[in-house]
Amino acid sequence: MGKITEFDIDGTLYQTELTKKFENRKMWKKPDPKQIKSFIPGTIVEIFVKEGQKVKAGEGLMILEAMKMKNRIEMPFDGIIKKIHVTEGVKVPNRLLMLEIE
Amino acid sequence: MSLKRNILDLRKRKEKVLQGGGEKAIQKQVAMGKLTARERVTSILDEDSFHEYDLFVEHEARDFGMEKKELHGDGVIIGTGTIYGEPVCIFAQDFTVAGGSLGLMHARKITKIMDHALKMRVPLIGINDSGGARIQEGVNSLAGYGEIFFRNTLASGVIPQLSVILGPCAGGAVYSPALTDFVFVVENISKMFITGPEVIKTVLGEEISMEELGGAKVHSEITGNAHFYALSEYECFEQIKKLLTFIPWHNGKKAKAFPPKPPKPEFKIEEIVPADPTQPYDIRNVIKSVVDDSDFFEVMENFAGNIVIGFGRMNGETVGFVANQPMVLAGVLDCDSSDKAARFIRYCDAFDIPLVTLEDMPGYLPGVDQEHMGVIRHGAKILYAYSEATVPKITVIIRKAYGGGYIAMNSRHMKADFMFAWPTAEIAVMGPEGAANIIFRKEIMAAEDPDAVRREKVAEYKAKFANPYVAAAKGYIDTVIEPLETRNMLLHSIEVSSNKADRRPQKKHGIPPF
Repeated sequence: MGKITEFDIDGTLYQTELTKKFENRKMWKKPDPKQIKSFIPGTIVEIFVKEGQKVKAGEGLMILEAMKMKNRIEMPFDGIIKKIHVTEGVKVPNRLLMLEIE
Repeated sequence: MSLKRNILDLRKRKEKVLQGGGEKAIQKQVAMGKLTARERVTSILDEDSFHEYDLFVEHEARDFGMEKKELHGDGVIIGTGTIYGEPVCIFAQDFTVAGGSLGLMHARKITKIMDHALKMRVPLIGINDSGGARIQEGVNSLAGYGEIFFRNTLASGVIPQLSVILGPCAGGAVYSPALTDFVFVVENISKMFITGPEVIKTVLGEEISMEELGGAKVHSEITGNAHFYALSEYECFEQIKKLLTFIPWHNGKKAKAFPPKPPKPEFKIEEIVPADPTQPYDIRNVIKSVVDDSDFFEVMENFAGNIVIGFGRMNGETVGFVANQPMVLAGVLDCDSSDKAARFIRYCDAFDIPLVTLEDMPGYLPGVDQEHMGVIRHGAKILYAYSEATVPKITVIIRKAYGGGYIAMNSRHMKADFMFAWPTAEIAVMGPEGAANIIFRKEIMAAEDPDAVRREKVAEYKAKFANPYVAAAKGYIDTVIEPLETRNMLLHSIEVSSNKADRRPQKKHGIPPF
């Protein structure tokens, strides 16, 4: 047997091995609406806003091109752009923090 | 006039085509650590049993200068032969000919041998080693894949289909293996993916090697796309041959029976399982202590280890085993283990292989990731597969059988034919700790010493429910047996089920929670 660990199911502690897949699972985090993250890996082709700028809900923030499709990222609610973490032309992986809103 | 000249001409033509992609391409294939397509076919089949067809087929590509190229056999070998004296159909893509790329005639050769296998009711073995669609042939190569997938689906559940990945198998090509019953992969040689590392890098900027993206380990451990993992091609061929000893040649026939043998004496069933339900053990040893010659052939050994599936023989006849593995993740059911078990149950049902279920599990795996991955619909597959199965179905509850897992693991309520339980069996809605915490919450919270009261209440619950006798009193369990009686009870119950007739309502087909 491999490494035996205590494993809690409904309050009972079982002695058992864990799997690699289980140990590498992603912990769930409550999404923060003030953080704009990439929803697909791709390229930032255009950024419409600057840091400190007031932006209304629905206005365009940037274009994320992925799979030959130009996706317009929109402002989710009225606010101020706190920080932009990407520049035009960069490739971004999935779930990368691209922009923060105040 | 003598036939000699014609015969010599035939021999010369054959000799030329048998070179495949030629000396240089063969050297390249060997340098990659791979056998040639023809070597693979002859290594899997009985000696001198292979007969090849469509050797003189030529490709159909007429654009991009392809019309000037000669592609021997159009990059695939098809034929018939025998394994242990029994007939099989086989195809092997030849990477030395245009990278084994699939064009119209290549696909026609494959579909020809598939049609033959289905008509003749013999297993089909497909060896995949191909760069993918032959781009120069355009939509014709896509049509070719489509024709193959359609036949894979038609043949599913009628004849066994084995896919052997011995090289790249990329893009649409991967869907043929995915539609077949068993997929074999070999370390460093097999590569399967929809989109390769190059495309992923240029389009998405993610860098990953072929091996990390879709190598043999990835598919046998993480994705569950592969059923058998080997370190060499020869080990892989042995796995194929061993599998074929356990499965029937088609769905109207029983698997070949072997002379019955007792289990090996070193597997002592009473010494394998600890009485304390929180202590782990290897369920495979329990299987080995009941099957003939302790010969258990495990399927998907490296994927979702919390459930064990595979074939063994009892009284010389093939039986499919589904067993919770307390040694891995306490034997819980989760998305992966549900998929793994459900598909195997359907395989056994399709090919008339009796099912033995060994149960020892504390329930479904809790967690946000499981819920969000859809443990509801994945878990439902087990319920569907067991309920639908009409082969003899026997369950032995060894220790824990809690909650939804108890229902799912071929309970009486899924129409198990025989339900046996060891005296260590605990059949309850949940484990004693969790149950006591809910039922006696107020008393525990109000107590001066809550821990002492909790312990007392857990003990009370255990005494009342953590046993097989409550379920036995309702007839949900047929009999409580001593561990040593397990093999005999299984032998007997399989024997008396041999003429089982169980009908389901007429329908076109059900709608399983895919």
